[in-house]
Amino acid sequence: MQSFSYLRPADADAAIAAAAQPGKKYIAGGTDLMQLMKDDVERPAQIVDLDALPYTKIEAGPDALRLGALATMSDVAAHPEVARKYPVIAQALLASASPQLRNMATMGGNMLQRTRCGYFRDTGFACNKREPGSGCPAIHGQNRLLAILGGSGHCIATHPSDLAVALVALDTVLELRGANGATRQVALGDFHKLPGDTPHIETVLQPGELITALVVPASAAARRSGYLKVRDRASFEFALVSAAVALDLDGGVIRDARIAMGGVGTKPWRLPAVEGALRGHQAGDVAFAAAAAQAPEGAMPAVQNAFKVKLMQKTLVRALRTVAA
Amino acid sequence: MNALIGQPINRVDGRLKVTGGAKYAAEFDMPGLVHATLVQSTIAAGTIIAIDSRDAEGMPGVLAVITPDNAEKLKLEKAGQEMVTRPLLQDAQIFYNGQPIAVVVADTLDRALAAAAAVKVTYRQGEAVTIMDSVLDQAYRPKHFRNGERSPDSNRGDADAAFDAAAAKVQATYTTPVEHHNPMEPHATVARWDGERLTVWTATQGIAGTQRTLATLFGVPVSSVRVICPFVGGGFGCKGNTWPPATLTAMAAQKVGRPVKLSLTRRQMYSSNGYRPRTVQKLRLAADAQGKLVAMRHDGLTQMSMPSLGEFAEPVGLATEMLYACPNVAVTHRLVAVNQGLPTYMRAPGEASGVFALESAMDELAVALKMDPVELRLRNDTDRDGHAEKPFSSRKLAECYREGAEAFGWSRRNPAPRSMRDGNALIGWGVATATYPANRRPASAAVRLNADGSVHVFSGTQDIGTGTYTVMSQVVADTLGVPLNRVRFLLGDSAYPPAPTSGGSTTVASVSPAVQAACAAVRQKLFGLVLADPETGGGFTAADLSLQNGAVYVPGRRLPLAQVLARAGVESVEAGASSGEAEGKAGYSLHSFGAQFAEVRVDPELGEIRVSRYVGAFDAGRILNAKTGRSQLIGGITYGIGMALLEATETDAETGRYVNANLAEYLVPVHPDVPTIQTIFVAGEDTQVDPLGARGIGELPMVGVAAAIANAVYHATGVRVRDLPIRLEQVLA
Amino acid sequence: MRTPSLTRRGLLGRSAATAGGLAVVPLVARAAPEIPATTAPPNPVRTPEMVDVVLQVNGKRLPLAIEPRVSLLDALREQAGLTGTKKGCDRGSCGACTVHVDGRRVNACLTLAIRCQNKAVTTIEGLAAGDTLHPMQAAFVAHDAFQCGYCTPGQIMSAVALIEEGHAHSDGDIREWMAGNICRCGAYNHIVDAVRDVAGQTDTGRG
Repeated sequence: MQSFSYLRPADADAAIAAAAQPGKKYIAGGTDLMQLMKDDVERPAQIVDLDALPYTKIEAGPDALRLGALATMSDVAAHPEVARKYPVIAQALLASASPQLRNMATMGGNMLQRTRCGYFRDTGFACNKREPGSGCPAIHGQNRLLAILGGSGHCIATHPSDLAVALVALDTVLELRGANGATRQVALGDFHKLPGDTPHIETVLQPGELITALVVPASAAARRSGYLKVRDRASFEFALVSAAVALDLDGGVIRDARIAMGGVGTKPWRLPAVEGALRGHQAGDVAFAAAAAQAPEGAMPAVQNAFKVKLMQKTLVRALRTVAA
Repeated sequence: MNALIGQPINRVDGRLKVTGGAKYAAEFDMPGLVHATLVQSTIAAGTIIAIDSRDAEGMPGVLAVITPDNAEKLKLEKAGQEMVTRPLLQDAQIFYNGQPIAVVVADTLDRALAAAAAVKVTYRQGEAVTIMDSVLDQAYRPKHFRNGERSPDSNRGDADAAFDAAAAKVQATYTTPVEHHNPMEPHATVARWDGERLTVWTATQGIAGTQRTLATLFGVPVSSVRVICPFVGGGFGCKGNTWPPATLTAMAAQKVGRPVKLSLTRRQMYSSNGYRPRTVQKLRLAADAQGKLVAMRHDGLTQMSMPSLGEFAEPVGLATEMLYACPNVAVTHRLVAVNQGLPTYMRAPGEASGVFALESAMDELAVALKMDPVELRLRNDTDRDGHAEKPFSSRKLAECYREGAEAFGWSRRNPAPRSMRDGNALIGWGVATATYPANRRPASAAVRLNADGSVHVFSGTQDIGTGTYTVMSQVVADTLGVPLNRVRFLLGDSAYPPAPTSGGSTTVASVSPAVQAACAAVRQKLFGLVLADPETGGGFTAADLSLQNGAVYVPGRRLPLAQVLARAGVESVEAGASSGEAEGKAGYSLHSFGAQFAEVRVDPELGEIRVSRYVGAFDAGRILNAKTGRSQLIGGITYGIGMALLEATETDAETGRYVNANLAEYLVPVHPDVPTIQTIFVAGEDTQVDPLGARGIGELPMVGVAAAIANAVYHATGVRVRDLPIRLEQVLA
Repeated sequence: MRTPSLTRRGLLGRSAATAGGLAVVPLVARAAPEIPATTAPPNPVRTPEMVDVVLQVNGKRLPLAIEPRVSLLDALREQAGLTGTKKGCDRGSCGACTVHVDGRRVNACLTLAIRCQNKAVTTIEGLAAGDTLHPMQAAFVAHDAFQCGYCTPGQIMSAVALIEEGHAHSDGDIREWMAGNICRCGAYNHIVDAVRDVAGQTDTGRG
C-alpha cells in the first residue's frame, strides 16, 4: 500500500471540498478500498474519512425507503421495515459477503464496489480498467466468472454487488452532493456506465461528488420480492448468477414486474424486456419461461462463461416461481 | 499403564490456542527486528535484463533491496537433491510467473510492501509453456521417482491382454487441477545471525530439514543453525520443504545485519511453496462377470515445473498397485514440464488425486456390471498386497464398508441414477475406498525427571495441528505413571533430539516409540540410582521397583523422586533414546483403509451441488486420542469436499500467472459447505507399525472423498464428471 | 514461562544404558538461548505523515505512532505485541483477524488503525476474565474446535458476536453466520458443536 495522508472532515462540504482534487479517495466502510490499496490498484495520496458525516439513518416512510449512504449492510439487513416491505433488499444483503464485512460495508460504498475480475486486481496483468489501453487478457483468458452482457472488446468485468442488483430492480434513486452544496438525483440504473471503450470510467460521479442517500420507492412489487443467488460455494462467495425479482400480482395476474440480475452483466443488469413480457400474464411456469427466454438477449458469452446463458434463465424462472408463490 | 492412551483428552495446548497465546513464526519479536518482502516476476520465462531499485531505495525506512546482482552467493553445489535451490536470486533466469526475483527490507511492514511495489524490472521474455494439456505428448519419465527407490512403472501379468478379453470394462480419462494448500497461517520466517550462528523461527513441518538446508546453503556447520517452531498454523505439505522465502529471509538478515521477518502475503503463498500438480490420468479396468477384477491399467501424467527447479512426481498410481486383488496390473508415471513453480506434496499426495480416478472408475465398472458399488469393492478385497507381494499387516476394509454402510443406511439406496429425491432436490449416494500407507521413520526423544515429580520430554518433532503435544504427553504420562498435568512435552526446536518431518502421516508412529523408549531409559536410570544406593537398593533388582505418581516404590517403601535425586546428589535424571523403522516393514505391507459414504443434494435446474450427509469409517490402527483423532477425520473429509466441489487454481494461459491467487476466488469450504460428518474408527491395532499399534491419520480421511462425491453426483444426476472440481455447469440440465 | 532446556551435563555426562533394544542417542543439545538484545531497536524513521494516536484495546490505552495506512491488524500484531489476532489473507476473505470494534465483529485487516481512535477494540487477549476462560474459549477446548489453532481466535471472536447478535437459532444458522471464518484444518463440525453448546448455556439466541 502506498503512503497517504488522512483527513477526517467534520461535515459534508468540507469533505467534498477536500476530495474534489485529484488523488483523493473517500473511505466509508473501506472493505473494498482497503483491498484495492493493498493490491496497489488504488494509490490515493489522501484518504478522506466520512466517519463523522451524519448519513447513517434508515428511514422507512410510507412512500419510500431512504437509506443513508453510510448505513451499514448489517443494519439495513436487520431493519424490520426493510425485511417486511423490501425483502429483496434484505435477502440480497444477507447473501452478500460475510457478517464481519457486512458490519463494515456501507450502502454508498457498495454501489462503488469494483469488479472482482482477477486481472483487474493483480497489477501483474494488463487491464484496460486499471490502465486504459493496456489490453484485456480476460476476454480470451479465465473468464468463467465474467460478464456475458454489457461487455465490450475492452472489458467484460462483472459488477460484483448483490445489493445494487436488488436496488436497481426497485428503481432506486441516488442522492448526490457536489461542490458548493449542489445536489442532484441519479437513478441507479443510470449511475453505472457500460465499459465501452472507457472501462476505467465506471459511474457518472463527478470529482468529489458524494453519495448521501439511496431512495427506494415503496411499491406493491417491492413488498412481494426476493433475491436468489447461485454460487459454487454455499456461502461467502460472489454470485455466479443472481436474480432480484419483484412482482405485483392481481389475483394470479402479473400487474407489474421488476427484474434485475447479477453475475451476468458489466453493471447491475435490469431486464425491461422480461418485465414487459411478464406484465398482464398469468403468473406461472409458462409465462415465467417465456419471459426468461428473453433474459440473455444480447449476450456475448466467452468460452468459460457460456453456461450463464442457460443458468440465467433457470435462475430467473426459479426466482419468479418463489416470489409468486 | 494405558489409563490415558485412547481417551478423548483435551489438547494440552488448547488453552494457548484459544487465548491467542500460542506463538507462530511471525509472532517472535525481538529488538531490532525489521521486515522483508518479495518482489516477484511478472513473466513466465526469460531473463532479467535489469532491476531498477532506485525509487524503492529512496523510500523512507528502506534498508536494502537484494537482487541477483547483490545477493550473497549460496553453496548450491553442496545441496542435496531434496533441497530447493532455485530460485534464490543466484542468477537472472526466470522459470515461472511469480518467481521471487528480489527482496526488499524496510523498518516497517508497510514500507517494505510499498517499496517492493516500486521496484521496476525489465525482462528479455522467453518462450513459455504454461498449460500442461498443450504438451502432453512431451511427457517424460521421472528421474527420482520415490527418491529413486523404485521405478515409476510397474507391471504384473498382462493388463492389456486381460482387458481386451474381459467381460466388463471401463476406460476413461480423469483430470484433477492445480490446487494450493492454503494453510491459514501464511509461511513466515524470522531470521537472526549472531556471528556465524543463525537462528530461525519459521513455519515448517520439518525443523531438521530446514536446519540442514540452511546450513548447507550458507556454508556453516549444522550445529550453527537453530530452527525453532513451536506452532505451525497448518501445513498440508507446503511447509514440508525449505522453500526460497525461508532461505531469502536468512540472506536478508545477513545483508542488513539485523533480525529480519518475512511473512508471505496470501497471493505469494500461491507461487512460493509448491502446489498439488494437475494430473491427467487414464484408467482401464476390467472384470469378469462376477465382478472380480482381471485387469487394471493406470497411466498418470502429472504437471512439473521446468526440470532445473528440481523434481516432484505425484505418485498417482501407487494405490492402484495394491488396493484390490487383481492379477494383471500396469501402472506408469510420467511428468509434463511447464513454466510453473515446483509442485510438492499436498495432503495425501498421490492418493488424493490417484484414488479419485481409480475409485471413480470402480464406480463406472459397478455401473457396467450392474453391481452394487460396495459389493464390487468387497468382491475384490484381499489380505495381500499384490504389488509388494506381502500380506497386509492389518486390513479391515470390509469392516469399514460394513460399519459405514450400516451407519449410512446404504441398503436403502435405489441404484438407478436420478431415482432418489427429497422434494425437488436430486439425492445421490456414492462410495469410495480410502487407503494410505502407514509410514514410520527413525526418531529420537529425551526425557527428564525433575525432583518435583514433573517430567519434561524433548523431541525435535512438530505439531502442525495434529495433536503431537497432546498425544505424546498421553504416551509419557501412561509410560511413566505420572499425571498428565505433570508432563510437559517440548517440540519444534532443532536443539532437541531429531525427529522426522511431519508429513506422510508419520509423526505419531515415528515419535511415540522414541518417547516410550526414552521413558524406559530414564526409568532404568532412575532405578539405577536407587539400586546403587545401599540404603535404598540393597538386595533388590530393577524388576522389584516401580515408578508411580512421582515416587519409586521399593518393596515395603515409597521413595519420592526428590528424595532419590537428593540422595544421589543430582537435580534431575535425564535419558534419551531413538527408534527406528516399522517392526513389520520387511514382512508386511503397511497400510490404513477406509470407506467413504457421501450424500449430495443437487438442484435439478440450477445444478448447485451440496454435500448433505457424510459417513466415513476408517481402519487406522489404534487411535491414541479419540478427540483429536476425530478432528483429523472430519478435517480430512472437509479438505476432500473442497477438492471435489470447489478447489482449482486457475492459470492465465498467455502469461502463466494465476488469476485467483486469493481466498475469495480460490474457493475452500466454509462452514455451510460441511454437513455433520459421522466418523467411525473400526477397532484395531497394528503393532507391525509401532509398539502402540497406531497408524497416522492425517491424510487417510481425505483419500476417496472426491470419488465418493463424484459417484454420488453421478447417482443423483446421471452425469459422470471426470474433471475436478465438479461444478454446476457440468451437471446443468 | 521459561522454556525448560536440555543440558549437556544431563544427557552426556550421566547418560545411561539401553532400553528395549533401542540405542540411546548421543544427544548433543545446548542450552536454549534466550532472545538477547543484540541490536538497538530501530524506531521506524519518522516521516511527516506519521501521526500519534491512542487506541482503546481490551480496556487499556494504547498510544501508537503510526502512518495512516497501518491497518488495525498490523498495529495490533506488529506494534502492540497483541499477536493473538491472526493474519490469514489480509483481504477480508478468511476471518482470522476478526476483532470487535465497539462491540461489532469486523475484519481488522480492512480497518485502518487511525479510524479506531475513540472506539473500543476487543481482541482475543481481552476475552478471558483473568485466568477464567470465556465460555466460548472453554467450549472450543472441550469440543476440540480447532487443530492448528491459527484461525481459532477469529472463530471465537466471531462466535461470541454471533450469539450476542442472536443468530444461533439452529446449526444451519450458526454455519451461515460463521461463514466469514475459514478453518482449513476443517474443524467446522466441532466449532458448530462449541457454539451450540455455549448458545444453550447462555440461553439466548436460540428459539
